[in-house]
Amino acid sequence: MALLEVSGVTKLYGPLRALDGVDLRVEAGTFHGLIGPNGSGKSTLLKSIAGAHFPTTGAIRFDGADITRLPPYQRARSGLSLKFQITAVLAELSVYDNVLLALQSLESNWSLLLSRSRRRLDADVMHALERFRLVDRADDLAGELSHGEQQWLEIAMALAPRPKLLLLDEPTGGMSPEERRVTGELLMPIKAECALVIVEHDLDFIKNICDRLTVLDQGRVLGDGTVEEIERDPRVQEIYTSRV
Amino acid sequence: MGATVGSALGRAGPRARRSLRVLPAVELATLAVLVAVPFILSERAELITLMTNVVILSLLAISFDLCWGFSGIMSFGQALFFGVAGYLVALVGRDLGFSQLWGTLPLAMLAGGVLAAALAVFLLLGRRAPTSIFVAFGTLTGAYAAERLVAGWQYVGAGNGLSAIKLMAFGSYEFVEGVEFYSVALTALLLVYAASRWLVRSQLGLVLAGMRQNEERLAFFGYRVQVFKALVFSFAGMIAGLSGALYSYHQGFTGPSNLGPGLSTTAVIYCLFGGSGTLIGPVLGTAAIELLSYVLADTDAIRQFWPVILGIVLLVVVMFQPTGLLGLVVSARERIGSFGVRRRAR
Repeated sequence: MALLEVSGVTKLYGPLRALDGVDLRVEAGTFHGLIGPNGSGKSTLLKSIAGAHFPTTGAIRFDGADITRLPPYQRARSGLSLKFQITAVLAELSVYDNVLLALQSLESNWSLLLSRSRRRLDADVMHALERFRLVDRADDLAGELSHGEQQWLEIAMALAPRPKLLLLDEPTGGMSPEERRVTGELLMPIKAECALVIVEHDLDFIKNICDRLTVLDQGRVLGDGTVEEIERDPRVQEIYTSRV
Repeated sequence: MGATVGSALGRAGPRARRSLRVLPAVELATLAVLVAVPFILSERAELITLMTNVVILSLLAISFDLCWGFSGIMSFGQALFFGVAGYLVALVGRDLGFSQLWGTLPLAMLAGGVLAAALAVFLLLGRRAPTSIFVAFGTLTGAYAAERLVAGWQYVGAGNGLSAIKLMAFGSYEFVEGVEFYSVALTALLLVYAASRWLVRSQLGLVLAGMRQNEERLAFFGYRVQVFKALVFSFAGMIAGLSGALYSYHQGFTGPSNLGPGLSTTAVIYCLFGGSGTLIGPVLGTAAIELLSYVLADTDAIRQFWPVILGIVLLVVVMFQPTGLLGLVVSARERIGSFGVRRRAR
């Protein structure tokens, strides 16, 4: 059984059909890329999986359970984690507190009130910051970080609660080539911990880290397969040579 | 590798951050002044009465600040919990002849908390996250409806309210206006302040700080944001209830205006004037406005139009100093604070 199964998902915005009967399967421990031209429905699909909005029709199953109508907080608690396309770090909190906030999300309200896990989580926070090369910036406000560092912080926050599936929406958007390369290095080791669905415009980046790709076009799945299969698919080549 | 990449990206090394902490100094100074009041003003009964009102109304202002300044809930209904608790202790005194503070003050807190929790179920815990405007109008309507209700209800004195409220007592000792009543009110304020400080500096306080900045982001972390709001709203209702009970006892009277939008708005002004998002800001705001009102009303040259002057001062501060008086000396960074175990070391 796949970790994530999206079956026949359609999303309508008035007359606009943003997703049209999309199917997607993501196996545990794999990196799965979503590619396609602007407006093809990649981010809409990611948001449907995370619960930012509900699909008009279709079903989404995660880890054996139907999550189609679950609110975002319940999906997050079941092991889904999302990094937004637009950086959404909490700019007025320190880098350390951003990660702590993400880490403590599974604690009970009573435990949070009594600050029971503050000391216990400290090592985990520092480990996450170290992993994403932000430990020197722990005390700085998140809003003071460069764009690339904010993207890394967001990924660190999304990974902090140890999700089963991480959804990344354009994690290298606005980054320099060097920052993109580093981001790739930072993401590879997480394969041992969780599966990944990633939306990305940088094809070289996505080909380097993903096991499988799904190509979307105008809300429909145009192709699905390994990186090599997708590269050989003439329909995909047509899209990327004529429209992207 | 890490060092190489870090250098390549121009990452800054650890920074030495100046840790000038103004807030604790302001808190300590305020505490010292409040504790000294009975000694300094022992010969001025009217000023002890004024300061007792300041302390009691500071509780109401803190209750609003917990909602708005810390949790992003725009409540125009704090007077509802204040007023209901005030009526409750008045009725318990009148109908049951009971006014022991160990029983009536917790009862007032319970009433305020339960009423706020009931309102939170309707306003905050629906299927969809409510907008600030919806909550503001919901709480405003609740306060307005309650004011109209008691104004027409003979059992609670209708428009005349309830007067000659039985004095608050502890055993056989009855508290009248003066230093003793002030001491009870100040003790209540210190306990509420300590509990509120505990709350906003806890890990739950970090959730509130995150909520204020980006509610949606917190939902995707797995937080049920509206539940946290409902919890804080209920706690704030308890504080408003305590404030209302003390106010009724101190005034010896309660009336419809004590649970209407007028007093609710006054609490908003206290908080914004002093500085929302800090616990000491509402205390300073309440003190500044009440003392300013007292001085202006007592000045012959402006006795006729002092409310106009006060209104202009409030308008100027709220419009041009949105972080309130405290914002002049406390940075945004310090106001929000840090929540990790290493925060003192940093």
